[in-house]
Amino acid sequence: MAKNLITIEESLCKGCFLCADACPKDILSLDKSKVNAKGYNPIQCTDMDACTACAICGRICPDSVIRVERDA
Amino acid sequence: MSKVVYEKSRGLTDAPLTYCPGCSHGIIHKLVAESLVELDVLENTIAIAPVGCSVLAYNFFNCDGVQAAHGRAPAVATGIKRVIPDKIVFTYQGDGDLASIGTAEIIHAAHRGDNFTVIFVNNATYGMTGGQMAPTTLINQKTSTSPYGRQEATTGKPIKVSELMAQIPSAAYIERVSVHDVQHIAKTKKAIKKAFEYQIEGKGFSMVEVLASCPIGWNMPPVEAAKFIAGGLMPYYPLGCYRDIHAEGGSGA
Ligand SMILES: Cc1ncc(C[n+]2csc(CCOP(=O)(O)OP(=O)(O)O)c2C)c(N)n1
Ligand code: SF4
Ligand code: SF4
Repeated sequence: MAKNLITIEESLCKGCFLCADACPKDILSLDKSKVNAKGYNPIQCTDMDACTACAICGRICPDSVIRVERDA
Repeated sequence: MSKVVYEKSRGLTDAPLTYCPGCSHGIIHKLVAESLVELDVLENTIAIAPVGCSVLAYNFFNCDGVQAAHGRAPAVATGIKRVIPDKIVFTYQGDGDLASIGTAEIIHAAHRGDNFTVIFVNNATYGMTGGQMAPTTLINQKTSTSPYGRQEATTGKPIKVSELMAQIPSAAYIERVSVHDVQHIAKTKKAIKKAFEYQIEGKGFSMVEVLASCPIGWNMPPVEAAKFIAGGLMPYYPLGCYRDIHAEGGSGA
């Protein structure tokens, strides 16, 4: 079954947390198990099924890290 | 089947941005890039980068670009636009660049009514050089050169650029916006697009002042810095359209 999807370009993420703070579903958090080449913990989605594809995370990210797809 | 509802704009290059985590410059770059793509002028646009953290902006916008001496971007833009008037020309300037060393250039570009667009990023500090006090720094705001906070008695009150520019008879469109949340980001994009539309239609000088954060210079985590735009900057720098000589009824001083 197709569903809403966000794709995170982890190598570009600076772990600023703006997306996680803005997400109305509260499903974004820093992945403390990873450090990218820039030295940041990248963001991760903890509950993809809850995503409504509102794209607030994508729009607020200064580094264009997140691509958002809606189940159509 | 799924539909892409948001992705990186092709108006930006693949170069990773050199800005600090959570810096508003990245958000504002995206809005400029998306506007140029949506107006179908990206391939015909020349960006003028300033001195400041956005000194490398010509690497990030997927159009032609040059970089000007500190504060002189409006003078360079004037020259380019007058020699090749069919190009879309914009300057991208910080408040140290535009409101301090470049005060003469910005005022006289508007005074001449030159037909280009200015994206003015007001983060109330000199980010690149280490968070020093700018003319736009708020009273009591602590910076590396005002460690006890800006004092009116010795440095006056912060300059209000949009209000000042709105008094210039040949300026066409002046608006102040903010990027601290998605609702305001959407309004900022509208203003930026309108400014470029005015230029495309030959309507004259346009400037969009964007209230922005400098989390590193302000010594705040990005989420807190975004809140400081709303709670600290906005009360002193009210948002809104300060001049629009082509609006219904022709507002403007
Ligand atoms: C002629 C000249 N004077 C001073 C400087 C030092 N300098 C570099 S960036 C800057 C201020 C940048 O602040 P702003 O325009 O607010 O941009 P930000 O870095 O905050 O984006 C200054 C004073 C310089 N490069 N050239
Ligand atoms: S807003 Fe962008 S850079 Fe910041 S944490 Fe989220 S994905 Fe990473
Ligand atoms: S110093 Fe400030 S303005 Fe410069 S990139 Fe960092 S956060 Fe942005």
